[in-house]
Amino acid sequence: MSEREIISVTVQRGGPDTPQRLQVFEVPAFESQTVLDVVSWIQQNADPTLTYRFACRVGMCGSCAMMVNGVPRWTCRTHVNKVLNGGKIEIAPLRNLPVIKDLAADMDPFFDKWVAAEGRHHPTRSRDDDIAAINPEQPERVVASSGIECINCSICYSACDTVAGDPDYLGPAALQRAWTLYNDAKDADKDTILDAVSGKGGCHSCHSMGSCTAYCPNGLDPLSAIAGLKRATTQRFFKGRAK
Amino acid sequence: MTPFHLYMAQRLSALVMAPFVLVHLGVMIYAIQGGLTAAEILGRTQGSVFWFLFYGMFVVAVSIHAGLGLRVVLSEWAGLRGTALNALSGVIGFGLFALGARAVWAVTAGGV
Amino acid sequence: MKAVARAHPLWLAYILHRISGIGLALFLPVHFWVLSLALNNAAQLDAFLTLSDLPIVKLAETGLVFLLAVHMFGGLRLMALEWLPWNAAQKTWAAAATAGAFFISIIFLMQAI
Repeated sequence: MSEREIISVTVQRGGPDTPQRLQVFEVPAFESQTVLDVVSWIQQNADPTLTYRFACRVGMCGSCAMMVNGVPRWTCRTHVNKVLNGGKIEIAPLRNLPVIKDLAADMDPFFDKWVAAEGRHHPTRSRDDDIAAINPEQPERVVASSGIECINCSICYSACDTVAGDPDYLGPAALQRAWTLYNDAKDADKDTILDAVSGKGGCHSCHSMGSCTAYCPNGLDPLSAIAGLKRATTQRFFKGRAK
Repeated sequence: MTPFHLYMAQRLSALVMAPFVLVHLGVMIYAIQGGLTAAEILGRTQGSVFWFLFYGMFVVAVSIHAGLGLRVVLSEWAGLRGTALNALSGVIGFGLFALGARAVWAVTAGGV
Repeated sequence: MKAVARAHPLWLAYILHRISGIGLALFLPVHFWVLSLALNNAAQLDAFLTLSDLPIVKLAETGLVFLLAVHMFGGLRLMALEWLPWNAAQKTWAAAATAGAFFISIIFLMQAI
């Protein structure tokens, strides 16, 4: 490349204290450039006040997620030439979350719902007991294992229109966590988990639109996990009536 | 009523309606051949206990189902919450039931 | 800013289910009102029913039959997806639901003409 091509990058700026506006930057194209490289180039060469969040740069930490051309993506794992649209890219903070400033979304509601969905371990044993042996081939364990690679990046939460319409909805990530623990032989409190996902904004608010599964960068399937919770709560309903 | 109970009511009313809808579709395809007349419709339904029960249960189920369905839409797309949401979806559900019950009465028992 | 990207099969199945549901709910009060004319005004009911000979009304009726069929198949798909242990064949379900609805509406249209 003798003469560098220029990418036109539209960035959403501002936050709760400043009016939101769109700013266009001209960024030189490089070989194997990621969207995170583009954002970093702007911050280092054009406007040092641009606020964004990243850490690992290799798709392990989940902190650099943003809306790229209307799609929630890990910017560090998104090559510019895969999303370039007529020489342009649009970058905005993750949807369905408050904006702290520019491209940094406030993740607090997302993590609060993780806790509200009872996404924490309820031990079966104490530290004085032996560690329970788990057979990785057992059907429940296979189900649990299919969801444990979630790194809390909030891509699914931003992709979900049910979250957009219902601020109470716990969202795909938190509900998938609850389903994982529900299937974990080492979790002692299944009923508490089902209670937590049966209330206001629980798994029954989901309309199975599947954007969570369609956009998860880790290839996880929160849609199926939420369907599992619906099935488990329905089974509990009928079993309870039979007694 | 918890959100879970509303969910179950929505799904169970749907399950009840699935065979009704299939029969209703079949009757419609059959009935429109040669045009629709009041005499033809009433001749089939008037004084029939079967059609009274069929459409009666259909109306009960559809009132529950449509009331709860619109409740979700009003909440997600119109931002209604709390008392306003409950009151409006209640009015929709009971209104549909009243209109539907009147229609069922008209075509099955009206002339008797 | 660009609209959020959504056009994948399951999202389209969701929006079809919601729009058809709203359409049916709006139609129902009219449907009930027309039928209750039979109670004390059979002549008016007949006058109304002759409208169903108009091609435009036939098209509208076909649309309603499509809404009913697509909502029913879409709903059965949802309940199968939620309550039956299922696999990634959900997209096939969504497609089959639409195809089934189309099939029934076309039969209706052919009978109506």
